[in-house]
Amino acid sequence: MHKEMKKSNNGNFFSRIVRQQMFIPIFALLILVIFNIIMDPSFLEITLGTNNLGNPVLGGYLIRILDNGSEVAILAIGMTLVTAASGGQDISVGAAVAIAGSVLLRVLCGGDTRAETLQSPVILAFLVSCIVAMLFGAFNGVLVAYFRIQPMVATLILYTAGRSIAAWVNNNELPIVSEQSFKYFGGYIPGIPIPTPFFIMLACVIIMCLVLKFTNLRLYTQAVGINENSSKLNGLNPALIKVLTFVILGLCVAVVGLIKVSRNSTINYSVIAKDIEMDAILAVALGGNALGGGKFNMIASVLGAYVIQLLTTTLYKFNVQSDALPAYKAVVVIILVVISAPTVRAWFTSMMKKFQTKEVA
Amino acid sequence: MKKKLLTMVLSVAMVAALVTGCGNDGSTTTTADTAATDDAAADTATDDAAADTATDDAAADTATDDAAADTATDDAAADDTADTASSGELIKVGIINNNPNESGYRTANDNDLKATFTEENGYDASFSYSNVNDEQIAYAQTFIQNEVDYLLLSAADTAGWDSVLTDAQNAGIKVILFDRVIDADESLYEASIVSDMEKEGQTAVDWLKGQGLESYNIIHLQGVMGTAAQKGRSAAMDAAAASEGWNIVTQQTAEWNAETAQQIVQSVIDSGQEFNVIYAENDDMARGAVAALDAANISHGVGKDVIIMGFDCNKWALQELLDQNWNYDGQCNPFQSSYINDIIKTLESGGTIDQKTIIMDEKGFDATEITADDVEKYGI
Repeated sequence: MHKEMKKSNNGNFFSRIVRQQMFIPIFALLILVIFNIIMDPSFLEITLGTNNLGNPVLGGYLIRILDNGSEVAILAIGMTLVTAASGGQDISVGAAVAIAGSVLLRVLCGGDTRAETLQSPVILAFLVSCIVAMLFGAFNGVLVAYFRIQPMVATLILYTAGRSIAAWVNNNELPIVSEQSFKYFGGYIPGIPIPTPFFIMLACVIIMCLVLKFTNLRLYTQAVGINENSSKLNGLNPALIKVLTFVILGLCVAVVGLIKVSRNSTINYSVIAKDIEMDAILAVALGGNALGGGKFNMIASVLGAYVIQLLTTTLYKFNVQSDALPAYKAVVVIILVVISAPTVRAWFTSMMKKFQTKEVA
Repeated sequence: MKKKLLTMVLSVAMVAALVTGCGNDGSTTTTADTAATDDAAADTATDDAAADTATDDAAADTATDDAAADTATDDAAADDTADTASSGELIKVGIINNNPNESGYRTANDNDLKATFTEENGYDASFSYSNVNDEQIAYAQTFIQNEVDYLLLSAADTAGWDSVLTDAQNAGIKVILFDRVIDADESLYEASIVSDMEKEGQTAVDWLKGQGLESYNIIHLQGVMGTAAQKGRSAAMDAAAASEGWNIVTQQTAEWNAETAQQIVQSVIDSGQEFNVIYAENDDMARGAVAALDAANISHGVGKDVIIMGFDCNKWALQELLDQNWNYDGQCNPFQSSYINDIIKTLESGGTIDQKTIIMDEKGFDATEITADDVEKYGI
């Protein structure tokens, strides 16, 4: 394959692009953006306004997409690793976000649901919620790695029980944080017009990229995902690496929990981060990553997350009827997934080749 | 040998996982119960308050509601204790409810039931929770086997109840529906105590009509499509928009979710369309909408640019009304237990229920008239 590509270096420009993993999410993003611009040129407009506290904030569809897509993007980071190492997906992230958010509020409010002032600093509450979320991640990981339960079945346990656990953490009460500064994490920091979740997402991506660059995590994860037995023969501990990926996902969950809870200053156990696991898995799939494990591209998953958000925003923008919304979403997703299927891409490449040879002749 | 051992360990692990996974509802119930016990310990005051409100309500309603023409007085509890002491037997009640974590409404509803159906009041009550219809039916069958006297049911879904309720009837068990209606023959249950969602919507829409705005440009945030609350509250708005010529800027489901509501309203703001009313079918969605308005510096509340309407009367939502940040909140009364208690008492004393469907009294609160007492009394 490589030799062939080198031979026809320039002539096969298109087919080379198509073969790139990043092609699918970027292609999808471009299609959606172009569609939006054609339908309504104001799509790209970004306005500078002020919010009710007099702080400058940027508005416009693009900003909203960057803002609201952050949570799925952060989860997609962890989900990519879990998918690569274990060849399965964690469907409990939504429930885990509820637990993380609930723990965060419990520590912040100290059991008093209408606390006027914060009972403990946000950083402490966040650290506690990180530890809890990582423990639940480790629980999933142990079930998958040591007990060898299918990831989807193993995480089904937390998926069903998670929201009840979240409610139990706060005695089934709904704490509300009245402290204004707590809203910064899901809103705007005074003086900075770009939404904070975007920065948090950026920080997560950069940290993860550095970790992947300077440690062997990428190599080990892929080795375990591609062939567990041979990685074991080469001196790796596959079970430990699988657990590690679930723990990293747990950390991502805690970050998302902070953003979600901060957005509303409260929590609703049954609807917080509802169905977000499906979006996160879809983001990984749209990123062109094999859901069966092995090689992965994290940035592609993150872009996949923004494709989903762009699609959601587009549907809201065109005011699609409520009951038809899931159907529209499904149709677009099916098209994207079909395009990204290896067989379709191979066919596309061969068509390109034919076309080009004809042109040359 | 080693392999055999490993296989055994693995199969045990899988069975264990199966049991954990499938027996999950049991564990949910237990957690909920533990939470409830904690609640009882920590929040007896709140529970009492809820029960008080309900009794007050019932007392107030007896005048208007002839169905509840019974002894719903404040010392009902004391009477009950006397009854039990004399007969010495507890009435066995099986209660099937939706998951109390579902919403603030459900939590209040569950606490209210737990506060009423106690041993002190002469009841031996068992609770089971599920949001899945099939599981609820399975619970009902268990209760029938356990020979409860009364089956109280808040059905997750309207269909599929005929056969199990017939079984109950054959076993001599009386069924009382609360909160949700079902598609089954009326003869299968003694009474159903429900909120009239159409009426709730109508009250809200009438209030909006009464505001006499120059133009009505409405953002309509719907709940999960197909639920009774969504259908009732949307129907009233749709009808009014058609008859009054109101302009619905957008009508979209936010699935009871604050964040989704925020996104929808942001999308309208970004599109530059004019609007002056937000009609959200629950408090959470109204909260999300308000967050979007705040971020765009659009004023809302009494005498401001945008009218905010919500439903369910959460305590924090009524507080927003009191602070004049919102304009209207419609009540969805979760305190059915006093009504149920009256019905059981009537049936036990040999009386009959002359009205199958009992619609609870529900209010709508206006920010200009609400008082701090209302927040305490009606907030859930």
